[in-house]
Amino acid sequence: MTLTPIQTFIIVCMLTVGTVITRFLPFILFKNTGSNNSYINYLGRVLPYSAIGFLVVYCLKDVNFRHYTYGIPEAVAIICITVLHYWKENTLLSIGIGTGVYMILLQIVFK
Amino acid sequence: MKEKSKALKAAFPHTIPVFTGFAFLGAAYGILMNSKGYGVGWTALFSSIVLAGSAQYVAISFLTSIFNPVYALLMTLLINARHLFYGISMLDRYKNTGKLKPYLIFGLCDETFSILCSVEPPEDVNKNRFMFFVTLLNHSYWVFGSVLGGLLGSVISFNIEGLDFVLTALFVVTFVGQWKTKKNHKPAIIGVVCSVVCLVIFGQSNFIIPSMITILAVLTMSRKGYTDNRELAEEKIQ
Repeated sequence: MTLTPIQTFIIVCMLTVGTVITRFLPFILFKNTGSNNSYINYLGRVLPYSAIGFLVVYCLKDVNFRHYTYGIPEAVAIICITVLHYWKENTLLSIGIGTGVYMILLQIVFK
Repeated sequence: MKEKSKALKAAFPHTIPVFTGFAFLGAAYGILMNSKGYGVGWTALFSSIVLAGSAQYVAISFLTSIFNPVYALLMTLLINARHLFYGISMLDRYKNTGKLKPYLIFGLCDETFSILCSVEPPEDVNKNRFMFFVTLLNHSYWVFGSVLGGLLGSVISFNIEGLDFVLTALFVVTFVGQWKTKKNHKPAIIGVVCSVVCLVIFGQSNFIIPSMITILAVLTMSRKGYTDNRELAEEKIQ
């Protein structure tokens, strides 16, 4: 553990509060009116796509293209996932094989 | 009582795929938490009261760096922003759910949403109970999977280097899935490009908030070009 138990507990609370806000907000905002606010509707519709794009970048933020491994394991694994998912469209299969490929590359090939 | 078991029986088959997925992703989560020194108790606590897989995975990076609760909250809001859309989609379905409503909203994760927005229970089954059991079953699978992983992680020792890629894989798969089903790729591209630009400018430890602001700003600016009604109608189903 890097954090103290109290700090960890505060992080748990932050996550819970954040999640509860995003899940309850629409029901509080549109309690009587229904989903009439077109701007919120628009954001609800486009933000999921932008957010996932951001998350992909976030996960790859520590990849260093100038130093050893040069981001090759990440690139290979992502290509595998993309091809596999376009082809089979099986979420678990894509995640399982993609992660497996990455682990093999990291542990055996780029030891 | 009979009515309850009927609803449970109707709900269960729909949740089997989620069971498989959560057993796998939950176990990977538990193992990862364990490898960072967070025991099965913490894992169970996170999975029970947060119940948001992606946010929990990302939070591991907040548990292994400097204590920063504000970032943790902001990241959770961003990652879970998609739930706003789920909520808006479920306003009608959850309208007359009475006492069950708070729990139904609390447990509205991606998988539960994908079942509840597409499946109708048989006519002789109480709809509210059916929705409740789908939510409850999925919730318990997630806790079960992650606790299992937490226990496995402390018993078996194998080289898990690279296992945290499961999160990247999850998002890449979601990204590809969205790319396939949606004709307008602009929001996805905006997300990637804004984040990469901010990453280059602000560096890896400071780009989160600038990225969020930039994404919101660019999305807001490009709203005018996005009011094609036909496309909106098509997307409402997703």
